[in-house]
Amino acid sequence: MRYAYYPGCSLKGTGKAYEESLLSVFRTLGVELHEIEDWNCCGATSYSSVHNSAAFALAARNLALAEPLRMDLVAPCAACYLVLEKTKRYIRNHPHLDERVRRGLQAAGLRYEGNVRVRHPLDVLVNDVGLDAVRAKVKRPLDGLAVAPYYGCQVVRPYSTFDHQTYPVLMDRLLEAAGAKVVRYPLKTKCCGGSLTGTQPDVGVRLAWFLIREAKKRGADVIATLCPLCHFNLDSYQDKIARTCEKVSVPTVYFTQLLGLAFGHSEKSLGLHRNIVSAHAALASRSLATAG
Amino acid sequence: MEHRADEPRIGVYVCHCGSNIAGKVRVAAVAEAAALLPGVVVSRDSKYMCSDPGQEMIQQDIREHALNRIVVASCSPLLHEETFRKATERGGLNPYFFQMVNLREHDSWVHEDADAATEKAVDLVRAAVRRVRFHRALEKTEVPVHPDVLVVGGGIAGIHAALTLADAGKRVYLVEREPTIGGHMARFDKTFPTLDCAACILTPKMSSVKAHPNITLWTYSDVTSVSGYVGNFKVVVRRRPRYVREDLCVGCLECIDACVYKEGRVPDEFNAGLGKRKPIYIPFPQATPQVVVVDPASCIRVKTGKCKSTCVEACDRDAIVFDQKEEIREIEVGAIVVATGFETFDAARIPQYGLGVYDDVYTSLQVERMVNSSGPTLGEVRLKNGSTPRSIGIIHCVGSRDQKTNRWCSRVCCMYSLKLAHLLKEHTGAQVYNFYIDIRAAGKGYEEFFDRLREEGVNFIRGRVAEITDWTMTPEEEGRLVIRVEDTLAGFVRRIPVDMVVLAVGLEPAHDAQEVRRVLNIGCSNEGFFMERHPKLAPVETFTEGIFLAGCCQGPKDIPDTVAQAGAAAAAALALVDAGRVELEPNTACVVDEACSGCKTCVALCPYTAISHDRERGKAAVNGALCKGCGTCVAACPSGAIRQNLFEDDQIFGEIEGVLVHA
Amino acid sequence: MKPVRQTIKYEAERDPNFAREIAAIPGCENLPSCFQCGTCSAACLVSTFMDYTPRRVIALTRSGFKDEALRCQTIWLCTSCYACTVECPKEIQITNIMYALKQRAIREKVYPKGFSIPVLAQEFYKLVLKRGRSTESWLVIRLFWRTNILKILGMARLGLNLLRTGRMSFRADSIRQTRELQRLLEAAEAEKGMAK
Repeated sequence: MRYAYYPGCSLKGTGKAYEESLLSVFRTLGVELHEIEDWNCCGATSYSSVHNSAAFALAARNLALAEPLRMDLVAPCAACYLVLEKTKRYIRNHPHLDERVRRGLQAAGLRYEGNVRVRHPLDVLVNDVGLDAVRAKVKRPLDGLAVAPYYGCQVVRPYSTFDHQTYPVLMDRLLEAAGAKVVRYPLKTKCCGGSLTGTQPDVGVRLAWFLIREAKKRGADVIATLCPLCHFNLDSYQDKIARTCEKVSVPTVYFTQLLGLAFGHSEKSLGLHRNIVSAHAALASRSLATAG
Repeated sequence: MEHRADEPRIGVYVCHCGSNIAGKVRVAAVAEAAALLPGVVVSRDSKYMCSDPGQEMIQQDIREHALNRIVVASCSPLLHEETFRKATERGGLNPYFFQMVNLREHDSWVHEDADAATEKAVDLVRAAVRRVRFHRALEKTEVPVHPDVLVVGGGIAGIHAALTLADAGKRVYLVEREPTIGGHMARFDKTFPTLDCAACILTPKMSSVKAHPNITLWTYSDVTSVSGYVGNFKVVVRRRPRYVREDLCVGCLECIDACVYKEGRVPDEFNAGLGKRKPIYIPFPQATPQVVVVDPASCIRVKTGKCKSTCVEACDRDAIVFDQKEEIREIEVGAIVVATGFETFDAARIPQYGLGVYDDVYTSLQVERMVNSSGPTLGEVRLKNGSTPRSIGIIHCVGSRDQKTNRWCSRVCCMYSLKLAHLLKEHTGAQVYNFYIDIRAAGKGYEEFFDRLREEGVNFIRGRVAEITDWTMTPEEEGRLVIRVEDTLAGFVRRIPVDMVVLAVGLEPAHDAQEVRRVLNIGCSNEGFFMERHPKLAPVETFTEGIFLAGCCQGPKDIPDTVAQAGAAAAAALALVDAGRVELEPNTACVVDEACSGCKTCVALCPYTAISHDRERGKAAVNGALCKGCGTCVAACPSGAIRQNLFEDDQIFGEIEGVLVHA
Repeated sequence: MKPVRQTIKYEAERDPNFAREIAAIPGCENLPSCFQCGTCSAACLVSTFMDYTPRRVIALTRSGFKDEALRCQTIWLCTSCYACTVECPKEIQITNIMYALKQRAIREKVYPKGFSIPVLAQEFYKLVLKRGRSTESWLVIRLFWRTNILKILGMARLGLNLLRTGRMSFRADSIRQTRELQRLLEAAEAEKGMAK
């Protein structure tokens, strides 16, 4: 299995551990990723707030770069995934926009013919690799580890091509395949606060608090995420939450880190040491911590 | 004046239709252009051609100008073709020397540009003028009408239609799919806005059906095929085995007590799944007929043949017979009333509302049963944990007015939600919240009922609920269901904790409506409800003559409207069968014997089985009474041996040339 | 005491073309079909902090009260989680309408004073235009430089934590073909015919 790979800015910065764990899990499962050359920022939510057609053209450059590889394009970050998928759909359905994007790409010596399929690693793991293949690689089942499956928004909304928009289940199934106990978590697709945690902390941090508090109430040892911004918000603001809302703490990890642990990889190789709220104690309490 | 009889003398009449046509098409210019066409003797425009003066004008012109062909350019032939044919006939011509042009639906209503619309109108009129010269005189045929009537569906609509027809002295077959008649209404507790008990007003009618000497009631039965034509339908009814002889069972119910299952095992359909029933059961105490039924899906005896069959032993009338087979009955009727009803929306399709996820989320139909004193809880409103709810949320428009599920307003949910609000408050004293988008209380006494509910202290919050969740934020929410909604009149979002949620599910076509439609050969609208012939002027007729509609199979409606429509459908059916004879349109196909090669292509293609193959002569023959004039055979015949009245080659080519050739 | 204000609206205060202009933007087509049920507001977690609920922003936009629609905080608090969009019974893509309003507010420079979100959006825009990638540390510094430099002190602890865990660096990432990217963006932004 081979895929084109679009890491996005966060996976090279605050979300480094996501990339580390993703690559390591994919390697174990025999999934090859080919990072596209000289990719640029997808534009996220901010770019669309400033200019419409330029935002689509910006994202389309990545599609144009990926297209010659003739492979599905894996985008692990929720915002990147959504923006690339949205761009693809919008230039297909809106001729006026398509014309502008074409003009932009042409100015950079590029073209995009509409043939890139954008995939999220969750989709790839469940639908291409398959739960059986995942189960087959499990060396240390996550026995007893209670996980709150947190999907966030943009992987499933608004285009969820592979799971339900409000009540997705695929990560639940995947983590169960790794032996985890998935708790019922009604906030699984609620907003983490996005960039409001930084720009409007009185709002953003509160949203993150709701999520963490509910995970705690539901008995979760860890929260599993599949987006670097969700991870950042839930992991990095817990001290602020303690100061402004309530002292409540649940470590947040990437779903790929949990898979990696089940596959027998070390915490370090999965980037777990990069957490601000360490998951080590929670893992140790279920005898899942690794040395180093 | 003397005129050669074969010389066409055409009168053209262009209608303004008020401003419907004249608002876009310059009708005077169209009439002027038509006046110049070959054969046109008179060409006029008029404000309303369908009015008496308009029709009179045609008659007078026929006499004064010796017209022998008439063209009216106005609205759809569906509306007024008959009107103008009659006017033509009154003027002294054969009514088929008439051609209609649809300037309204085909032109003025669908185009923006007046010049282009006018040009198109001229083209269409020219086509009709060129066509009508080839029209021939045709005669209508008359056939006798069978006096019996079939009513399909035994809900309140079917019951009312059947009783009306039977009281008028007609023999009626009432066919019901379920083991009992009564339909949805039998499951309701009270009815809005008068709060009279549904059973009290329905069950006497059910008994009348059973007792009526003119009604043959077949429950647990399906109509499997309908053939024939208006006045002369042949219907096949399949009577499924209920493993109980209707002629012997008296409804003592001892067999149910004797069943090897000591407790109910199967979710009780009649109680919307709230209770459990046994494999041998009677849907509810007043079921009609009072005959038990064996559910083959759960009865051990039926499934495996191995059971002590204690039920059989218990029956001292030997009414339980496990070797009962399905029966096929063939009947002939003159008219059919379709009253196959509706289904409620499956609220699990909106997972945000938590049906099946949270214990105390119910559908409105379940709550009807819950508040009913003969329901599974004997009228007690209790939560799953046994306690009485202190606050209840009723959510309107579940599966209605929603692009993702059903787009239409289901019309009854507002009012039944108000009724349930009243009943729940009465039964529990709880705080009741109604969450609505708009309250639709347009019936007689409905707005007054809404007033009454407000006075009773029911809370009304204008906002569509986004979500029901057990995610709690405050101590008062703990352990309860939280409704998240914008109070759109106050302008902010609210979280309202409740103990019980009622989903006011909408009405949708029955799951097999498409199948029923095909069996009956009637049409349905986009959403799947059966289509009436005209939304205002033929609300119970269908496009298939002799078949009439009643109740929710045609669209959501409440009980008063359903009964009114059932009465109207019965009257329409009565008018047909009572006349004893019916005229058939002559727009049928006929085989030109000399050209027919006897290949039988047409026989298989005819959707109305109107064509047979005469083995002796080796030719096909069309039964004019069965033929609906669809033209399939005409187009399919490889030898061009089939012609169709009103659609002859010269007529069609004349029309095509008229559109294409700018004269 | 809060001064008493007259709240009546006159027709002259409406921009009769506003709704049509917004609805003409790709993804905003269904704006006219809103029936004000409030599902969007109730689905939105942030709506509890907004000055106007999303439903009211739609109503203001549709009725042409452009000033209110563009100056409100709501559009800037929208995190683009698309909950409103997927729940809307009329399939109105409310998130897209929020974007359209944000773009218009930036173009007309009418966003609320002291609100850092529109500033962040523009700093992000500039950074990506210049380098092709975003680097969080740079963005944060630029943001506080433009809004409230003192607030950066409150972020120090988080910054140190990120540095310690190797998740932040002060080296700004960049793509190689920045010149081409700028040409691409200019051409896409330009009205037809102006691009060259």
